[in-house]
Amino acid sequence: MTATAAPLASLLADWGEWLPDLAGGLWTSVRLGAASLALGLPLGLLAAIGLTSGGRGARIALTTLVELARGVPVLVLIYLAYFGLPRAGITLEAFAAATVAIGLSVAGYSSETFRAGLLSVGRGQRDAAAALGLTPAKQYRLVIVPQAIRIVLPPLVGLAVQVVQLTALAFTIGLPELLGRAYNLGSITTEYLGVLLLATVLYLAVLVPLSQLAALLARRAAP
Amino acid sequence: MGRIVELLAAGIPATLAVTLGAFAIGLLGALPLVALRLAPLAPARWLAAALIDLLRAVPPVVWLFLIFFGLPQAGLSFAALPAAVIGLGLIAAAYIAEIWRAGLDGVPAGQRDAARALGLTPLARLRLVTGPQALAIAVPPLGSYLVGLLKDSAIASTIGVNEIAFRALTESQQSLDGLRVFLITGVIYLALSLPFGLLARWTSARLQRQVAT
Repeated sequence: MTATAAPLASLLADWGEWLPDLAGGLWTSVRLGAASLALGLPLGLLAAIGLTSGGRGARIALTTLVELARGVPVLVLIYLAYFGLPRAGITLEAFAAATVAIGLSVAGYSSETFRAGLLSVGRGQRDAAAALGLTPAKQYRLVIVPQAIRIVLPPLVGLAVQVVQLTALAFTIGLPELLGRAYNLGSITTEYLGVLLLATVLYLAVLVPLSQLAALLARRAAP
Repeated sequence: MGRIVELLAAGIPATLAVTLGAFAIGLLGALPLVALRLAPLAPARWLAAALIDLLRAVPPVVWLFLIFFGLPQAGLSFAALPAAVIGLGLIAAAYIAEIWRAGLDGVPAGQRDAARALGLTPLARLRLVTGPQALAIAVPPLGSYLVGLLKDSAIASTIGVNEIAFRALTESQQSLDGLRVFLITGVIYLALSLPFGLLARWTSARLQRQVAT
C-alpha cells in the first residue's frame, strides 16, 4: 500500500507546486483562443455573406481565400505570421502572430458553417424582409442572421474546441501558453511525464465541458 | 527559389510516411473501438465512448509530447517518426471509429432485416450487406479526414521529424527569408492535398456505383 502511495503522494505534491505556473499558461491559451475566435468569426461571417450573395468575381476570390486558409497547416500559418511577415515589413509579437494565424484558419472554417446556416434560412424570409422595405444590412441583422445562428451555434462551439487545441501550437514561436510552460518545467525538473500529464488534465478541464456543450447543442438542433 | 523547393520537397517522403502510417493505424485501430462502441454490453459502450472522447479532446501536439518526452520516463522510448505515427494514429482511430459508426448507422434498417430474413450469419450480413454500404457512406468523410491528417502531420516537426515543416523552419532560420520559405511550404501542402481529395472522390464514386440501388 505505502509502496504505491508514496510515488502518488510525491506526484501530487509536484502537481501542487507546478499548478500556479501551468494555470497561468492555461489562461494564456484561453485568451489566445478567444482572441482568434473574435478575429476569425466576423471575417468568416463576412466571407459567407459574400459567398452567398456576392457577384461571380467576389465568389471566386473568396473561395480561393477560404481554400488557402483551410488547405495550409495552421503550424505553417503561425510560422508565416511570425517569421515571414517581418520580411514584408509587418512585425508581430508572438501573441498577435498566433492570433492572426489561428484567426485566419477560424475564418476559413467558419465561413463554410455560416454559409450553410445562411442558406438554411428560407428564400421566403429574405423576400418578406425585402418586401417590408428593410435595407440589405437590416435584412441580415434582424431577419436572416438571428435564424441562422441557431443552425450554426453547435458547429461553432465544436470549432472553439479545435481552436483551443490549436493554441498549443503557439509554443513553437515562444508564447508561454500551457504546453510551452509545461515543456519548460519538464526540461528544468526532467519530470516530463508528470508535468505533461498535469497539462493534459488542465486542457481536459476546459475542453471536455466545451465538447459536451457542442454535443448537447447538436442534439438539441437535430430534428 | 528552385533550391528552396528542392530542399522542402526532400521532406515529402517523411510527411507521407507520417500521414499514411497514422491513417493505417487509424483504420485498423478504429475496428475494435467500433466493435466496443456497438457492443450489447453497456459498460463496454461507455468505455469506448470515453476512450474516443479522451483521444479527441487532448490537443494532438500534447499527445505527441506525452509519447515522445513523457513515456521514456515510464521506460518506453520511441524515435521521433514512430512517436508521431503512433500519436496521430491513435487520434485517427478515434475519429475513424465515429466515421465507421455513422456509416453503419446510415444503412437502412430494411437492408439488415432482409439479410437476416435470408438466413445470413451476422458475419456474412456485415461482409455482404451492411459492410459495403457503410463503406460507401464512410469514404467521403474518410477522404476529408485523410486531407486533414496531411496537414496535422506538420505537428510532427515539433518533436523533430525531418518532414516538410521541419525543413522549412530550419531553412527560414538559415536564409532569413521566412516569407518566401513558408509561402512555398504552403503551396507544397496545397499541392499534396489535391491528389488525396481526388482519390477520395474517385473511390467514393466507384463505391456508390457498386452499391447503387
